[in-house]
Amino acid sequence: MSTESRTPPAPAPVPSPAPDAEDGAATELVRVEDLTVGFGRGRRRVEAVRGVSFTVRRGEIVAVVGESGSGKSVTARTLVGLAGDGADVRAATLAFDGADLRRLDARRLRALRGRRIGFVLQDALGSLDPLRKVGAEVAEPLREHRTVPPAQVRDEVERLLDAAGVPDPRTRAAQYPHQLSGGLRQRALIASALAARPDLLIADEPTTALDATVQQQILRLLRARAREGTAVLLISHDLGVVGELADRIHVMKDGRFVEEGPAARILTAPRHPYTRALVAAVPGEEIRAAPAPGPELLRADGLVKRYRLPGRPGLTAVDGVSLTVRAGETLGVVGESGSGKTTVGRILMDLVAPDEGRVVFDGRTWGERTRAERRAARRRVQMIHQYPLGSFDPRYTARQLIEEPLRAARVPRAERADRVAELLGHVGLDPGVLDRRARDLSGGQRQRLAIARALAPRPDVVVCDEPVSALDASVQAQVLDVLAGVQERLGVAYVFISHDLGVVRRLSHRVAVMKDGRIVEEGTAEEIFHTPRHPYTTALLAAVPQPRRAARKRL
Amino acid sequence: MAGLLTEASAPGTTARERTRRSRLLRLVLARAAGSVAVLWGAVTVAFLLIQLMPGSTVDVLLARSSVTPRVRAEITAQYHLDDPLFIQYLSYLGRIARGDFGDSYVLRQPVWDAVGAQLPDTLALIAATLLVTAAGSVVLAVLGANRRRWVQSLFAGVESLVVALPPFWLGLLLLTVFSFTLHWFPTVGASGLGGLVLPTLALAAAPTAVVAQVLREGLLRALDEPFVTTARARGIGELALRVRHVLRHALLPATTLMGWIAGSLIGGSVIIEIVFSRQGVGRLVLSAVQDKDMPVVIAVVLLAATVFVVVNIVVDVLQWLIDPRTRGTGRPA
Amino acid sequence: MTRPRIGLWLGLAVLAVLAAMAAFPGLFTGVDPDAANVNALLRPPGGGHWLGTDQNGRDLYARIVYGARPSLLIGAGAVALALVGGTLVGVAAAQLGRVADQIISRLLDVVLSVPGLLLVFLVVAVLGPGSSTATIGLAVVSLPGFARVARAEVISLRGRAYVEAAYGFGWSRPQVVLRHVLPNALGPVLALATVSLGAMIVASSSLSFVGLGPRPPTAEWGAMLAGSREFLALAWWPAAFPGAAITLAVLAITTVGRHLQRTVDGSTV
Repeated sequence: MSTESRTPPAPAPVPSPAPDAEDGAATELVRVEDLTVGFGRGRRRVEAVRGVSFTVRRGEIVAVVGESGSGKSVTARTLVGLAGDGADVRAATLAFDGADLRRLDARRLRALRGRRIGFVLQDALGSLDPLRKVGAEVAEPLREHRTVPPAQVRDEVERLLDAAGVPDPRTRAAQYPHQLSGGLRQRALIASALAARPDLLIADEPTTALDATVQQQILRLLRARAREGTAVLLISHDLGVVGELADRIHVMKDGRFVEEGPAARILTAPRHPYTRALVAAVPGEEIRAAPAPGPELLRADGLVKRYRLPGRPGLTAVDGVSLTVRAGETLGVVGESGSGKTTVGRILMDLVAPDEGRVVFDGRTWGERTRAERRAARRRVQMIHQYPLGSFDPRYTARQLIEEPLRAARVPRAERADRVAELLGHVGLDPGVLDRRARDLSGGQRQRLAIARALAPRPDVVVCDEPVSALDASVQAQVLDVLAGVQERLGVAYVFISHDLGVVRRLSHRVAVMKDGRIVEEGTAEEIFHTPRHPYTTALLAAVPQPRRAARKRL
Repeated sequence: MAGLLTEASAPGTTARERTRRSRLLRLVLARAAGSVAVLWGAVTVAFLLIQLMPGSTVDVLLARSSVTPRVRAEITAQYHLDDPLFIQYLSYLGRIARGDFGDSYVLRQPVWDAVGAQLPDTLALIAATLLVTAAGSVVLAVLGANRRRWVQSLFAGVESLVVALPPFWLGLLLLTVFSFTLHWFPTVGASGLGGLVLPTLALAAAPTAVVAQVLREGLLRALDEPFVTTARARGIGELALRVRHVLRHALLPATTLMGWIAGSLIGGSVIIEIVFSRQGVGRLVLSAVQDKDMPVVIAVVLLAATVFVVVNIVVDVLQWLIDPRTRGTGRPA
Repeated sequence: MTRPRIGLWLGLAVLAVLAAMAAFPGLFTGVDPDAANVNALLRPPGGGHWLGTDQNGRDLYARIVYGARPSLLIGAGAVALALVGGTLVGVAAAQLGRVADQIISRLLDVVLSVPGLLLVFLVVAVLGPGSSTATIGLAVVSLPGFARVARAEVISLRGRAYVEAAYGFGWSRPQVVLRHVLPNALGPVLALATVSLGAMIVASSSLSFVGLGPRPPTAEWGAMLAGSREFLALAWWPAAFPGAAITLAVLAITTVGRHLQRTVDGSTV
C-alpha cells in the first residue's frame, strides 16, 4: 500500500501570481532577512529567534533542524503571523511572494493563511478539532476561502483525502479524529493544509510520534507535493528525517542558524561542532561486536497475554513469545506501537502475570519463589522507562531516589554515600543535582538519574523501555553512550525495547523483531541488520532514514 | 477499486445514522436503569431512617396528644405498624412506586397535595435562577476570556468573592438596599414577577460565578489548543473560531456543572424562600423538619433525588451529543 | 507570581486571627456577648459599640468575636469527620476488591443523588436540631466527595510507574503503600478538605439561619443574621457585619485552599 500509487491528479491552475520568468527572483517565494522574535518585556524579555535569514523557492524543500527550544517552530509560525501572544517580531525583510508580511492587516493576513500558505502543525491528534468530523476540518479552508463552490466541497474533500493517501476517504471524512490512527490523522491534516492549493506548505514536525513505516509514507507525500511545485518549509528535530527529504538545511540552535547549506553537504561535511554532533547522532551502519556468550540469565517460554476490553473482542497483546537473555549482553526488542513489546518487558519484570508461558530468572520461575525470595530476586531485574519522571516519587530529591533501592536492600547508612557517589560516576551526573527534585532536572539528567537508580541494587538485567525516545538527538546519543559504558564496566545485561531501529542498532548484540504480539524474526544484530529474512524486518529497515546514503547518492 | 468503495459506502451513511441513534437509546436506557437503582437505594435508606428514628412512629403520629391505648392500637393497625419489618418495607416500596407518599403527620392531608400546592412557586424560582445562571455565565465568560493579566485577575477575584458570599446574606443585603432603602421591589413574598427578581439574584449569584469561571477557563484552555492554531492557520476569523471550535470545548465541563447546580438548587431555594418569606417547598420542608413530619421530608428528598437523577441523564445525553469521544465507538482504524 | 503570594499571606493572616478568636475570644473583647441592654437597642456603629448593637442591645463586635467558635467549629468538625470517614471508605473501595467497590460506589451514588442541604434536613429531622446534628449532617453530605477522591487517587497511584518501581526494589506491599501510595494520595484529599471547608462554613451558617443549628442565644453568625431579618427596615448593621465575617472567613479559606491545590497538582504532574 504505497502512497506513490495514489499520485493526485495534476493541480488545476491556481489564481495566484504565476512565475512569469525563469530567473531565481521570480521563483523565490519566501525571503526572510535578519528575523528576530522576542517575548516579554524588559528584563523578562526572551529572544526565541535572533537574526535569522533564509529563502524558500517554489518546488524546493527547505528544512530547519534544531532541538526543542531552538526557536524553529517560532520561526515557522512567524511566517503566518501566528508567532504567539505578545510576540515582538522584527526583521529587515519578511516577504511572501513579494508582499511585505509586516504590512498586512489582520484581514489580508487571514486571506493568506490557508489559501497561499498551508500549515501542518505537529501533534496530529491535538491539531484536528476532536469535536468535529475529519471532513469538516479538511473542508474549512475550502469554505473559508471559497476556492470551490459550496456544492462541490464534499467531493473536493474526498479527492483531497484520497490524494493524501487516506483509504476509503468518504468513510473517513464522516469520522472523528480519535477514530483514525496517527498516520491517517497526519494525512488528513496535510490534506487540510493543502486543500486550497497553497504555494507554500509549512510542516512543523510532521512525522514525530509516527511509526517508521508511516513516517516514510508521509515524507513521500511531502516530496510528491514539492515535485508538483509546492514550496515546502520543513521543521524537524530529526536530522535523519529531513536529511533524506530536504534540498537545503538550516541548523538552528538557541535562536540562530549555526550552519546552512545543501543537505548533502551538511550531512557529509558538517562544519559547525553542533552540526557535527547532530550528524554523529544520526544512526550509522556500524554494529556492536558481540561479547563472549555468557550463561543464560533470563528466559521466557511461550508467553501469552490477553486483554479483555469492554464490548470488544479480546486483544492478544502477546502471542507466544519466547526469548533468552544471557549475562552481559543486550537483547534488542524492536516493534512498532501496539506490537506487544512493552507488555513483554513487564512480564519479564514480574509486573504482569502471563496468561500462558513462564519466565525463568536465574534458574527458577517467578512463581516458584517464596514471597521473600521473589522480592530479593526482583532487585536483580530493574527497569528504565521512557518518561523517567513518572517513575520517580514526586516528593523525593535525586539523593532520596538513588538511596531508596539501597535502603530497600538494607545497605548500611555508612556505605550509602559511597555507593551514591559511585553510581553518579557511572552515569556522569554531577553531585550537585543530588538535592534537587527530578522535575527540576533536564530530560537527559533525569534519564541518567533513572539509570543510576536502576543500577543501585546491582542488578543482573535492566529492562529499558524506549529509554531515549523522548530525548533530543544529541542527548539521545549521550544517554546511549552511558548505557554502553555501564554495560562494559559492570557486565549488566539489557533488554532494550524500542520502536527505533537506529537506536536499537547502537546497543544491541542480538535483536528480536516483534509484530502483532509475536516475534517474527530473531538473530544476532549482524543477521538482522545485514541479512534480514522476514519481509517485515526488511520493511522496517527500509523505513529507517539513511540520510548519509542518500547524500552520497546525490553528491 | 475506488468506484467499488463509493458504491459500498453510499447506503452505509444511513446505517451509521441508525446505529448512532440506537447507541444513544442504549445510553439513555442504561443510565435510566442505573438511576432506578439509585432511587431504589434512596427509598430504602428513607425507610430505614424512619425505623431508626428515636421514638416509635406511633409516638410521632400522636405527637403531643395523649390518647387511650385503644386509639393507639387502632392507629397502629391503620398504619400497619405491627406487620413484620420486611412486609412494611415491601408495602412502603409499593406505595412510593405508585407515587403515594402517605399523609403528613402534622398537616393531616396527603403529602402529595401539600407538596403540589407549594411546588409552582419553587419551580418558578429555580427556573428563573437557571436562566439567569446560564445567560449570565456565558456573558461573563466571554467578556473575561481575555489574555490580559489584569482582566484575568479582576474576573477571578470577583468570582471568588461572589462564591464566598452566603446566599442568604446576599438576600438580606439585596432586601436592605433595593426594598427597604430604594423601595424598588416588594419587601416580602409577593409571588408576582417583581417578587421574583431579588430571590433569583440572591440564588443565582454563586452558581453564575462558578459556571462563569469554569467557562472562562475552558475558553482560555481551548484557545491554547493546537487545533486552534491550525484553524487560525487556515485563515478563519476570530469570531468563526470561537463559534465553530472553541465554545463547544468550553461547554463540556460547564454542562456537567449546570446539571449538578440544577439538582442542588432545590436545596438552596429553601434558604432563599425563608429569607424572602416566599411561598414554596422550602417553608413546607423546614416546618416539616422542625415537626419531625417524616412523610413530607422524605417526599421532598425523593422528589429532589428524582430531579437530580433525571437532570444527570439529560447532561449525559448532552455530553454525548457535544463530544464524539464519549460515544465509545472510537476504534483506531 | 507576586500577586497570588500576597493573597496567600492575607488569607493565612485572616485565618490566624479567626483561629485566635475561636480559641481565646476574651483576648479580643472584654464585653459579654450575651449581655442585653434595653437602653441601647439597635445602636448604629460608633461610640461605645464600634459595630453597633442588635435588637436586644447586645454588642455586635463582641457577638461576632464570640461567634467565631460555633460558626467555624461546625464546618471544621464536619470536614474533619468527612475527611477521616471518606478516606477510609475510599481506600476500602479501592482495596477490597470489585464487589466491595461496586457496593460502596452505588451507596455513594445514593447519597450524592440528594441535594446537600436536603440531606442535612433529613438528618436533622431524624436526630433533632443542634450543633452536633448539624455537624453530622454536613459530614454525611461531604463524605462521598472525599471517598471518591481517595478511591480515585489510590487506584491511579497503584498503576504509577514509581509505585511499580518501588516493588522492583524489593519492598513489600505494606511498605510500598506506606512509603509511596498514602503520602501521595493525601495531598489531593487535604486540598479538597480546605476547599470544602469554605462551603461547609456557608452551609452551617445557612442551617443556623433557618434555626437548625446551635440554639439561641448562642452567638453564631448565621443565627445572628436570622435575628436581624425582622429589623432590616430599621437597621442594616446587624445584618451586614456577621455576614461579612462569614464571607471573609470563606474567602480566606478558599484562597489558601486554592494555593494548596495548585501546589498538589504541580507536584503530581
